Amino acid sequence: MEGPANTLAYMIAGYAIIFTVLAVYLVSLVVRWRNLRQDEETLREIEKKR
Amino acid sequence: MDAKPRWLSVLDVVTALMLTAATIMVFFYAPMEAVMGPVQKVFYYHVAHAWVGMLSFIVAGIAGIAYLRTKNIKWDIVGLATVELGMVFMLVGIVTGSIWARPIWNTWWTWDPRLTTTTIMELIYAAYLMLRQGIEDPERRARFGAVYAILGVVSVPLTFFSIRIFRTIHPVVIGGGDPGADGSFDMTPKMLQTFLFSLLAFTVLYADLMWHRIRLGRLAERVEQLKLRLSQ
Repeated sequence: MEGPANTLAYMIAGYAIIFTVLAVYLVSLVVRWRNLRQDEETLREIEKKR
Repeated sequence: MDAKPRWLSVLDVVTALMLTAATIMVFFYAPMEAVMGPVQKVFYYHVAHAWVGMLSFIVAGIAGIAYLRTKNIKWDIVGLATVELGMVFMLVGIVTGSIWARPIWNTWWTWDPRLTTTTIMELIYAAYLMLRQGIEDPERRARFGAVYAILGVVSVPLTFFSIRIFRTIHPVVIGGGDPGADGSFDMTPKMLQTFLFSLLAFTVLYADLMWHRIRLGRLAERVEQLKLRLSQ
């Protein structure tokens, strides 16, 4: 009787994509948060000076 | 101002633990499928991503209705957050499905009813994000977003039921499938437990990411208001 098909490479590719996309999305959230906080601080300073 | 809530930190930890547990279950608890081999393990997270994608778009429709009823901008922030997350999850669902299909269907892609309706759904929400960018007035943008999300949600049941209505080669996980479906398998109790736990873990991940994305949306809203004030 034949064993399961050799599909290990596809499984690795699938999980690599899943965890990479999740990591990239998390990084994008952090980067956007930092940029917006900087923008907010700058705008508040400008507002104060006015 | 806007310090991270303690409960959000708790949810972050719970999410990380649940995802770790789900991954351990996928690789070390669920048995290897007898015919497809290791690639079948992609199924657990593939379905979980597709589920969260559909859930996200349903939440967008609900947020759209809530915005039109209340005119409260917080619902627009919720709508945008959930559509962005839905896009990410559904995209991963499509790509992992394609990776699974290559050894099982012997092709990366086929215009099967499920694959076609999923692609249409993804494109509908890609258009939502692009069209929003073109509207500067926040109130008009929110109104447009709400109406679009309510209309767009029709694509969710169409996608979900496509494999139950039309002839398809896509396997049906819950309920009876088309006899022509290629790649279906009977789940053992351990497979079913892993599958259900993965669905739960990704639903918790969705809630966690939503909370973070809504906070980001509120911050973006504050920055936009500041810009508007300064430009006057």
